[in-house]
Amino acid sequence: MSSPKESVKNRARTMKMTFAEGIAKALYESLAADPRVVLIGSNFMGLNATAKLLMNPIVSEFSSRVMVAPISELGIAGAGVGAAVAGRRPVVDINTGSFIFQAFAQVVNEAANVHYMSGGQTTAPVTFYCLAGIRGGGAAQHSHTTQAMLGQVPGLQILTPGIPEDAYFLLKWALLESKNPSVFLSHSLLFGETAELSPGAAMLPVGQAAIRREGRDLSLIASSITVTRSLAAAVELERQGISAEVIDLRTIVPLDTDTVLKSVAKTGRAVIADECHRRFGVAAEIAAVLAEEGFGLLRAPVRRVAVPDVPIPYSKTLEAELIVTPEKIVSAALRAMGR
Amino acid sequence: MNTGERLEHMLRIRRFEEQCILLSKAGQFRGHYHIYIGQEATAVAVCEALTPPDFIFTTWRNHGHLIARGASPDRMMAEILGKAGGYAGGKSGTLHLAVRDLGIPTTSALVGGTLPLATGAALACKQQGSGITVCFFGDAALEEGATYEAMILASLWQLPILFVCENNTMPSDRRTRLQAPSSTLPAARLQDVPEALQVGAEVLDGADADGLRDGMQRLVAEVRASGKARFVEVRYTRWPGIVPSWPDLPGGEWQLAWAFGEQPDNADIAAWLASDPVCRYVRKCVAAGTLERAQAEAVDARAREEMAQAVRFALESPEPSPEQAYRHVFA
Repeated sequence: MSSPKESVKNRARTMKMTFAEGIAKALYESLAADPRVVLIGSNFMGLNATAKLLMNPIVSEFSSRVMVAPISELGIAGAGVGAAVAGRRPVVDINTGSFIFQAFAQVVNEAANVHYMSGGQTTAPVTFYCLAGIRGGGAAQHSHTTQAMLGQVPGLQILTPGIPEDAYFLLKWALLESKNPSVFLSHSLLFGETAELSPGAAMLPVGQAAIRREGRDLSLIASSITVTRSLAAAVELERQGISAEVIDLRTIVPLDTDTVLKSVAKTGRAVIADECHRRFGVAAEIAAVLAEEGFGLLRAPVRRVAVPDVPIPYSKTLEAELIVTPEKIVSAALRAMGR
Repeated sequence: MNTGERLEHMLRIRRFEEQCILLSKAGQFRGHYHIYIGQEATAVAVCEALTPPDFIFTTWRNHGHLIARGASPDRMMAEILGKAGGYAGGKSGTLHLAVRDLGIPTTSALVGGTLPLATGAALACKQQGSGITVCFFGDAALEEGATYEAMILASLWQLPILFVCENNTMPSDRRTRLQAPSSTLPAARLQDVPEALQVGAEVLDGADADGLRDGMQRLVAEVRASGKARFVEVRYTRWPGIVPSWPDLPGGEWQLAWAFGEQPDNADIAAWLASDPVCRYVRKCVAAGTLERAQAEAVDARAREEMAQAVRFALESPEPSPEQAYRHVFA
């Protein structure tokens, strides 16, 4: 497998890039661009054997800045914060998203507070990388979707890419440009997602949601894994004569409520697809924003498609019962349309 | 640093802390706080061995470390009072006092939480090729997993860090009775924990300012030369005023005359003076002829006046404006 750098060189004007390749490319280019960038932990690709190969050129070319880490999530998260306040730009591989709980004290109570409690003296530009979400067979302790919990922590940026281009741009932005701590929520079920990337393509500013598909009748509001599922739902809805607009939030913090409100002003209906648990989730927050600031825009009640409030079971049948699917999004959209 | 300067730094810390207790008792600030009286010689010894690029990470018991590193008592006291003139404009209070420009970038008030942070800074030192990191913490930090994980990283990655475990857990007689150096950690030797992870460890006497100076000079030099972690337990006999979270001043403000034979009214303080690093240092230097009483009195008067000024500055400093509550969430 060629290195991300060679991939860029050898291919024509646009290149096909998978989500996993976007991550590897961001890591490689960030290490090459800035000597302050350091990887604490080096897995990044979870259990995906093919994607893991993408890490080889990174580990071999930047070995002095790739710290092989013990299974010490709390220690490495804190070391990432400490290295950041001392002038490095670390990315800490938390591995499976649920493991961030082992590191919570350092992520939530140190990283997020550094700038504020120093009265603006100190910044902590550290990135915590997680393979979050329901990945299939992860059962209760390896399937957490943590963006809503982390969104409750002022001081953390929560990056939730849903397409390969954002996996690349948002991670590279966190590593090279961000002044604040970020949690980058990757998703192993997105690794195979492929998209075209034009060289020289610019990133949409961080904090701006993207309209992935324009529509007139209804707004589907999504992030991370639910972006592709909402796009699939929109195709089915179109078949049924309903024009759905798909909004990809891209980041949970900052949250682009302007784009959401503007879209709902046009469509009058909102369905929010979110892999968090239903209660107090990202969907709950968007629904609250619509109730407070967009009440007069709504022609139908807001619908949430989220994960029921139960732990995630191992059985394929039981897990399938709970996950957010295009079918569930379609059915919520039909209800919003009064069908 | 000469004898008088070393004494002055120790007395500056002591007089600052006394003013802090008096301000708390006068209701000038709220919340719990922690005092460094009886431990001054350690901060002074460590900071004497450090250079500007070095980092310090400390805890909720940070006042002494900051003063020894050169922080302004005015701005520290204003911060403790939550005033606009404080280092963090009133956002940190006593618990998170930090001075970025002095290599104290952030201060965690979570018991073991400071060790992973310091370890990360040591990684930065190593990669940047400059400086070392000193991490101060109490013996209770060894009761948290963060400490163990940080020491694994410091050892595995060979990081230039000095772990300074300030063990003020109890009076020395209880230590003997328990046959353990810490009241809540069932380890017969605290050094066993770092040594199991191949971090070299030793014990120093917190009441012996000269021993601490030599020990810290040597340890800091070893960390600098080897690029590897070291652990030192500094053992104190607890100052009687440490009533956890709500310090007291038994026997009133410390008197230099106590070092010259006068007796405190308070029996606990009288008994503790034999373990007081400042009292012992004065007695030793006077006996050795390197310090005269008049010189010590002049040093003490200066320290008292400096801290009285810090109190005035803090009291006169304005309250932060309410909109400051919204600033510094993100850079």
